Amino acid sequence: MRFIFKTSYDQDINLARHNGQRLWYGLLGLVALAAPWVLPEYWLAQLTFIYIYATVGVGLMLLAGFTGQFSIGHAAFMGVGAYAEAYLAARGWPFPLAMATSVALSGAVGVVVGLPALRVKGLYLGIATLSFGFIVEEIMARWESVTGGSAGRAVVAPAIGDWKVNSSEGFYLLCLVCVALSTLLVMNLLRSPTGRAFVAMRDSEISAQSMGITLSVYKSMSFAISAALAGLGGALYAHKMQFISPEQFSIVQSIDLLLMVVVGGLGSVHGAFLGAAFLIGMPQLISLGKDFLPPVIGQAAGLQGVVYGVILIAFVMLEPMGIYGRWLKVRTWLELYPFYRRGMFKRQKTFQKSDRLK
Amino acid sequence: MLLQIIVAGIAQGCVYGLVALGFVLIYKATETVNFAQGELMMLGAFFALAGMGILGLPFWLASLLAVAAMGLVGLAIERAVIRPVLGQPAFSIVMLTFGLGYLARGSVTMVPGIGTDTHALAVPYKGVTLNAGGVVLSAEQMVIIGCTAVLCLLLWAVFRFTRIGIAMQASSQNQLAAYYMGIPVQRLNGLVWGLAAAVATIAGILLAPFTFVHANMGFIGLKAFPAAIVGGFSSLPGAIVGGVVIGLVESLSGFYLPEGFKDVMPYVVVLVMLTIKPTGLFGERVRKKV
Repeated sequence: MRFIFKTSYDQDINLARHNGQRLWYGLLGLVALAAPWVLPEYWLAQLTFIYIYATVGVGLMLLAGFTGQFSIGHAAFMGVGAYAEAYLAARGWPFPLAMATSVALSGAVGVVVGLPALRVKGLYLGIATLSFGFIVEEIMARWESVTGGSAGRAVVAPAIGDWKVNSSEGFYLLCLVCVALSTLLVMNLLRSPTGRAFVAMRDSEISAQSMGITLSVYKSMSFAISAALAGLGGALYAHKMQFISPEQFSIVQSIDLLLMVVVGGLGSVHGAFLGAAFLIGMPQLISLGKDFLPPVIGQAAGLQGVVYGVILIAFVMLEPMGIYGRWLKVRTWLELYPFYRRGMFKRQKTFQKSDRLK
Repeated sequence: MLLQIIVAGIAQGCVYGLVALGFVLIYKATETVNFAQGELMMLGAFFALAGMGILGLPFWLASLLAVAAMGLVGLAIERAVIRPVLGQPAFSIVMLTFGLGYLARGSVTMVPGIGTDTHALAVPYKGVTLNAGGVVLSAEQMVIIGCTAVLCLLLWAVFRFTRIGIAMQASSQNQLAAYYMGIPVQRLNGLVWGLAAAVATIAGILLAPFTFVHANMGFIGLKAFPAAIVGGFSSLPGAIVGGVVIGLVESLSGFYLPEGFKDVMPYVVVLVMLTIKPTGLFGERVRKKV
């Protein structure tokens, strides 16, 4: 058990609480930097995908986990970013500029989609974002001069002039930089007044409003940042896949993204990373497990859906804080051994939380 | 021609309306948005298919059996997964229903030989057309409209005249007060889930002649959300009216507007509705008191 002796107020908002965290995250960073020279090609690609999804996940976590606005159309923002990047890269824009433009574009779209959020909330907002997702998917399928229609379009490697990032190691490092920057951005945001306003809004809009938080401004801001990060993830995704088509950004992808943040652990930045690792690792685990199952079950097409469904239901019912919540429990158990009590993380039941007129 | 398009739109809209009715029933009872409603519809259609194909029952009997079986499935779902998580944030429950959807779709796909194919449900009125004054109407559409009307009357009568219906109304208005009055709220919630699943099954069987029966037919449930929103999420007649509006918008835009608008127009209507009147046509205005 570690006790921190606080000698200044800044210690409350430092990114790293104590030297132990600095050490471990520093080591993690070094391992991530060394990975291209250690890991074989295939695992490097999987790790790249984890970073890409984590970029989107950190954004969605900000919206769903910290602002309490949930979006069932988040893949659409990814799609906007991906297609903008594909279009601009094909016209020969240098990739930092193209990426910045596509991020800005999806951020702008995020503000537009956030507009209904100013009037509606909860379920209605979910359906508004769902509708928006469908509309964007249809636009992607129909606007053939830019998107290539349902047939999809190829994406060129990121380049500045003649210098191209076409090795998988180079692209891995690019993704690493992007995910690290977006995580730092979100972490920094969360310890600033803006982030505190987001959390206050999540816990109670009315009390946030009565403390002088302008809901409309902060909601739009949250949507914009979240959409921009999804756009960044989408741009990277486009380069990684080298081919994009509208069905990659459909409602199924949106639900996968939600699954990622819920399984990872709503309301924690770690959760976005753990969720991304889950989302990428799970199909691998399933295909490994297939060999041990009888062929009638193992070879069936719906196995993945069943496994995802069961895991999602199990997490909501048994561990609503997700993988990160489970880790917190394990860590506390280790730190306090042998004094851990079962009730330490007991949830409060909130039966009174009803939107109904009372 | 125009009349035919309108009738087709109304028929399609009735199916949306029936699925939306399920959402609204569940939402009113448990404040849960059930994103697996479309999957319940798909399961119901598969039950009817199994009843006809494997048990060799006639259509009507198989349908009745499927409706009853799905009612039980609805009860079981409520008891097993929804009741333990009530009181948690709405978002977790929504994710839970997404999980149910995954599970239903996956397990149907896993049934060897049946799950991955598209099936035609052999309805006795297939291909019959009625010629009324120069307008050719297909029997499938008339059956949908007729069944929906009968079902609405039936539900209205249940909610208006029976003890259990009035108890459901009471508990949907104020759960706590209903509980104090001795209404078994939890058991009623289970019944509501059963009822919603049964209504979804009817929708699935009615829809089967048009879209065939396959594992992904549940995605049509996502079009029932616009219906529920347009009608107002807390109003039962609103769900049917909203469904008809969405069905009409869809079929008319399919006819008059260029290709591609047909699938998008319902969602455009919803976004417009949400910005103009978020409570829908029949919804009640809810204000939170602090």
